[in-house]
Amino acid sequence: MSRTRQICSFVLGDLVFGVEVMKVQEVLRSQAMTRVPLASNMVRGLINLRGKIVTAVDVRARFGLQPLAADREPMNVVLSTGDGVVSLLVDEIGDVLTLDESDFERPPATLPPVFRDVVVGVYKLERSLLLMLDVERIVTPERSPSAVGTAA
Amino acid sequence: MGCGAGRRLLHWRDPTQPLSPMASEDDEIMREFLLESRDNLSQLDRDFVALEQNPRDHTVLSRIFRCIHTIKGTCGFLNLPALERLTHSGESQLSRLRDGEILLDAHATSTLLAMVDGVRRVLDSLERGAGEGNEDFSPIIAELAKIGQTEGSSKAASLPAAPASSVASQGPRSQRPPASLRPVPAEPAKAAAETPVEAAPRALNVGDTTVRVDVALLDRIMNLVGELVLARNQILKFGTKSLDAGLVAASQRLNLLTTELQAGVMKTRMQPIGNVWNRFPRVVRDVASVCGKKVNLEVEGADTELDRSVIEAIWEPLIHAVRNAIDHGIETPERRRLAGKSPTGRLLLRAYHEGGQVNIEVSDDGAGINTDKVRARSVERGLVSAERAARMNEREVAHLIFLPGFSTADSVTTMSGRGVGMDVVKTNIEEIGGTVDIATRAGLGTTLKIKIPLTLAIIPALIVTSGGERFAIPQVNLLELVRLEGASSRRGIETLHGAPLYRLRGNLLPLVFLNEALELPGPGKSDVVNIVVLQADDRQFGIVVDGISDTEEIVVKPLGKELKALNVFAGATIMGDGGVALILDVLGLAQHTGMVSATRERAVVEPSTAARDESEAREHLLVFRVGSASRVATPLSRVARIEEIAPERIERAGGRDVVQYRGTILPLVWLEQEHLGEAPLMSAEPLVVIVCSEGERSVGLVVEEILDVVEEVVSVESPASSRSTLGLLSVQGRVTELLDVPALFRRHEPGFLARKEVAA
Repeated sequence: MSRTRQICSFVLGDLVFGVEVMKVQEVLRSQAMTRVPLASNMVRGLINLRGKIVTAVDVRARFGLQPLAADREPMNVVLSTGDGVVSLLVDEIGDVLTLDESDFERPPATLPPVFRDVVVGVYKLERSLLLMLDVERIVTPERSPSAVGTAA
Repeated sequence: MGCGAGRRLLHWRDPTQPLSPMASEDDEIMREFLLESRDNLSQLDRDFVALEQNPRDHTVLSRIFRCIHTIKGTCGFLNLPALERLTHSGESQLSRLRDGEILLDAHATSTLLAMVDGVRRVLDSLERGAGEGNEDFSPIIAELAKIGQTEGSSKAASLPAAPASSVASQGPRSQRPPASLRPVPAEPAKAAAETPVEAAPRALNVGDTTVRVDVALLDRIMNLVGELVLARNQILKFGTKSLDAGLVAASQRLNLLTTELQAGVMKTRMQPIGNVWNRFPRVVRDVASVCGKKVNLEVEGADTELDRSVIEAIWEPLIHAVRNAIDHGIETPERRRLAGKSPTGRLLLRAYHEGGQVNIEVSDDGAGINTDKVRARSVERGLVSAERAARMNEREVAHLIFLPGFSTADSVTTMSGRGVGMDVVKTNIEEIGGTVDIATRAGLGTTLKIKIPLTLAIIPALIVTSGGERFAIPQVNLLELVRLEGASSRRGIETLHGAPLYRLRGNLLPLVFLNEALELPGPGKSDVVNIVVLQADDRQFGIVVDGISDTEEIVVKPLGKELKALNVFAGATIMGDGGVALILDVLGLAQHTGMVSATRERAVVEPSTAARDESEAREHLLVFRVGSASRVATPLSRVARIEEIAPERIERAGGRDVVQYRGTILPLVWLEQEHLGEAPLMSAEPLVVIVCSEGERSVGLVVEEILDVVEEVVSVESPASSRSTLGLLSVQGRVTELLDVPALFRRHEPGFLARKEVAA
């Protein structure tokens, strides 16, 4: 008897990612966004989610992938994390999968460092691998852009 | 003058919190007891201090007695033996005091205050649900027994024994004073014994008109109103686009109702600052006696109202400021006498509204800040270079005490330990969007001036655009807007070593191009330059933006933690069209652009700050034109807003011109007619209206043109020439009339008479 987990999957380029389904608040189509000057390129902007202001994180930028083709609009995967609500911008939303713990493995040592920070492990799917993300760590605090000013 | 404490309120339990029926009844009684006792205790502190000055004041004595007695009475009921013993011994002495058997002296006051503190500690412990706590109050009880022991010593000595025996019996009987005196005491004691029973119906009587509301509930209502304001703004945007008359009318009605609701809810959260100040007589007394100084506390404007959240936030900084004023400002009685001053120092707490903000001043008539010593100390501690310190003017040196490293422990006027760094005051005030300023005169005293917003939840802000984005600038930071047009626009901006500057009335104003600072695309070719003049720390700078929209009420929403490090933004808000706009943090922007360094060290002295060195007696005046040539001025503190109003909005009512303005009816005063006796010329151009408010009343002054805002020493040089002016004065070297706003109110807004006059 092995335990199973429900995973919400999404696609970025040719990679499949997953987050725990209980962390997903909702999935939205592309939203109007206000960009945040001086923020890192990982922060795409702010969206108005029924009166709540939510930061949209460009996951492609987070992992150093090429930006999404200009004619395609990203989807919002809205997550509720311990520090509030964030939205992940992804190419495509996948199915909710019920996966067996026996298919889970620690991230391979060859995984590039940008992934290793936030990927807790890998599920071996039939045709591909699913990278399981730690939602608490996907949004690392921004470094102060005015580090010059705060020194001394 | 009992502000909050005199208001007895009924508690209204949050219905969303279920309590078991049994527990709820007991809890309710306990909570009621705690709430009531707290109110009473804050009154007690003030009463004791008042009593010390006038030990024979029978009403005050009786009130103190009653209060302690009530607490004691309830203790028996709630089974709180330790508290009962403590209050009982206090009460015994109080009854002797009341009956004139002994006289209150400093020692007695201190002992009784120690008792009050003890009571407070028990209440704290009860509030935490930790029962009475296990503090041993016998030292206080013993000390209490010693009060007035020189006379009638044998009886006084027997007092400590009394409490023990009286625990079970309801007390008052055993505290009969020594029989030697009048036979009267038994009477009041009996009457007082009934107070606990009486207390409930009395509270109900007053409580009929007021309800005690859970603060959490109020906060929730406030949040909801904030959301409603945003939804309203959105609906209004649709309303203006729509051709459906019904929708337009409905959205306008929604607009008015929301504004009213917002004002109403804000009001429920408003508390007079006196609620905080009530605690100061005690603080002042304690600090003064520790420092060996004599201080007389005066308060002004205790009824000035502030949002609760703000009141809470200013308590600590104010305590620091008051301690500092007594500790470092006011001299010892001997030194004061030597300096030819009264041995008792004055400490003035003053609060008043100005321009949508609250100003709080803590002034003392002490020695002032010794700028030479501050200068030396700052150099010694490496806060500024010697060379820079030497170049600083007095005002800038005074501001050095706000530097984080400027410890008071080994500070300029010795006496260490109690004072807390002024940087804490500054940081705390800035956290709630306020500013701190200090003015000092050697030998005459120091005034700390704190400016804070009325509320933290919904703030007025100016919406600007830059690089295609919208930004909100809190009006607290806003000084003025400058618009350069046509050929002069580019020439108006000069550069010095690549740093853009603008000459604002002869002073150099450093400029920041907002799009450059935020790394946004620049604007296209334009012959208009918009400069928003801002205040950060104690200096001014201008930001150049692409466009200036309207002012809007915004609700501050925090940014996620991933953006917290961006100190340029204070948060974000949702605009009328549903989009998100970032709120600029003016101080953060100033630091980011190097206008103010992060360590807050003052840069080279600018001519502008030197020019307004002795700024104390100066006042901001709004100068405008009336008719074709008259220059008229009014203190800026009287001006609520300046509006442009389309002539077609004017309606006639009650024989005068009015407009509907922000949900109220605003009477218009044609200054031209008022002032020069000339009938106003109607034109299709929008009217420039200065809205002056006095409490809830407002009038709109129709003027020809706004000329300028200046900082001037107001000294009337010639008496009034017209019934609407106070006299003539010289502003920027030109003769200007000073408008008599109260007189205008008296004539055009009769309700004003009912209100007390506020000095200009």
